[in-house]
Amino acid sequence: MTATSDPAQITELAARAADNRVNLDFETEGMTLNMGPQHPATHGTLRIVARLDGEQVVSAEPIPGYMHRGYEKLTEVRSYPQINTLINRIDWLGSFANEVPFILAAEKLMGVEAPPRAQWIRTILFEMSRIANISLFLGDYGLQLGGMTAGFYAFRDREHVLNQIEAATGGRFHPNFDRIGGLKDDLPKGWIANSHNAMDKLLAFCDEMDDLLIGNEIFQSRTRGIGVIPADVALSYGLSGANIRASGVDWDLRRDACPPGLVYDQADWKVWTHPDGDCFGRTWVRLQETREAALIVKQLLDTIPSGPVMAKVPRIIKVPEGEAYVETENPLGAMGYYIVSKGELVPFRVKIRSASFNNISIVPWVARGAYVPDLISILGSLYFILGDIDR
Amino acid sequence: MSQLSSADTSTETATDDEVVVEVDERRQAVLDELTGRLGDAVVGSHIRPGDDLWVRVTREAWPEAAVAAKAMGYSFFDYLSAIDWLPSPFGRDMDAQEDLVGEPAPAKEPQPIVQGYAGGDTRFQVIGRLYSIQAGMGVHLKVDLPDDDLSVGTWSQTFLGANWHEREAYEMFGITFEGHPNLIKLYLPLDFQGHPLRKDFPLLARRVRPWPGIVDVEPMPGGDDEPEGDGE
Repeated sequence: MTATSDPAQITELAARAADNRVNLDFETEGMTLNMGPQHPATHGTLRIVARLDGEQVVSAEPIPGYMHRGYEKLTEVRSYPQINTLINRIDWLGSFANEVPFILAAEKLMGVEAPPRAQWIRTILFEMSRIANISLFLGDYGLQLGGMTAGFYAFRDREHVLNQIEAATGGRFHPNFDRIGGLKDDLPKGWIANSHNAMDKLLAFCDEMDDLLIGNEIFQSRTRGIGVIPADVALSYGLSGANIRASGVDWDLRRDACPPGLVYDQADWKVWTHPDGDCFGRTWVRLQETREAALIVKQLLDTIPSGPVMAKVPRIIKVPEGEAYVETENPLGAMGYYIVSKGELVPFRVKIRSASFNNISIVPWVARGAYVPDLISILGSLYFILGDIDR
Repeated sequence: MSQLSSADTSTETATDDEVVVEVDERRQAVLDELTGRLGDAVVGSHIRPGDDLWVRVTREAWPEAAVAAKAMGYSFFDYLSAIDWLPSPFGRDMDAQEDLVGEPAPAKEPQPIVQGYAGGDTRFQVIGRLYSIQAGMGVHLKVDLPDDDLSVGTWSQTFLGANWHEREAYEMFGITFEGHPNLIKLYLPLDFQGHPLRKDFPLLARRVRPWPGIVDVEPMPGGDDEPEGDGE
């Protein structure tokens, strides 16, 4: 033992010991923890300022805007086909799904309907985007909670669906394939059989994830009962997608309010909900959704009608005057575009309702009282893409 | 079931024609109930049958309208934003001038303000959408804001999610929401000047940088005198 005789040092040691006793009673002094803007758990540049009391979070305030690209302003100087290229970059893991509600809203204003074959292919690519998006979530969420293997498996099997999207559209990440009145092109030869194979691999991947991730004891103990969101709070914050279905709300826009132009009624599928509203529920619902999406794709592949993939539309797109809102069930949740047109080449105003913006605005509510390691579980399970928050 | 005979088909065509002029009864019922709850506060409405409903209310009744709609089952908060109805004062004169062939583009003539569905009297309108999961329908609510007082009551007490949406409308349009717990900028730096989504906020990137696509219309060296056609 190294005793000290310096009175100043003794006083300081006594003060520290007193501080430690206060800590024992959880009467600690507050501390501010800054997460981000660069953090592996944030899929981009989200900053979260958390005030801590010991290990508990007193308040957590997300600060978005590090990636704001001003799409709502840019749409006012771009023609409709050009906007299609822009909005591909909103949710970059399932890009095709971003195009669909915008195109459907423009089609609604123009009174154009895509031919059946285009509607079928559109729905198939929409569901493939969902798989490409959510399969990465499953791996990445495992990674965030310390399970490296899930991440590698997800990247390996996501490749199958990306290859199919690339084969049909020419773009792995940003297809830019949807057009007002149909699709850019027809399917390549052999695509349907290859897609069947890819979906089979994805179904096997879902089973694997079910065992590897969902069934894992450590995973369960880090997610069960963490970040519980009751249904009424979820509705009030406008949560959508798997986040609200995990709180027991049986609502899916694909089934309940499918806009004309998508053919979800042609497949037999199920909407999954979970009663718990915790991180585990959200992950579990997403896994079921991936499996369900693969089954939808497999069913629709067998029933694609023949015919053209493009309706008769003018070469220069002018959308008649009016306002329209179309919302679809995107991988991250309900995504909608409110288009105000004045009958010109460019829209007058486009309001982009992106799912992650609402999904992440609940963080201050749900993080209050959580422990610091659970903050990662909660953020990861709410599943946001920064492009979808900042637009 | 319907295409059994040609007679069936023709009657169906006739009913189709009637459907076009028919009003949307479900949405009309929602509008009537909302009018019953809010009284004179509903000043405009528009129904597109089978698609959507727009209701415009007075500024005083804006927070009340959210409470009334929530009580009617419209408990899912979709979004809240604003529309600046001023026609954009910027024409080609705001493009980079080297993009233009010949003389610089003349400045654009000012145009009158024309509002959209459910009418309006002012330049700025706040628009919000609520959704009913039971009914499977949404309703758009609009409110006019006078130019000299861009403020309206907050929805954030009724719908917690309105908090961020109102902060976004505040920074992008300069609209104040009275009673909002934390009305600060959301995306923009705190010292940012101006409101980017207003129509009179210039998109400077367009002016200072030539449009990259301009190289496509330059005639090929040694080619025809006339540039190629518009392209496919």
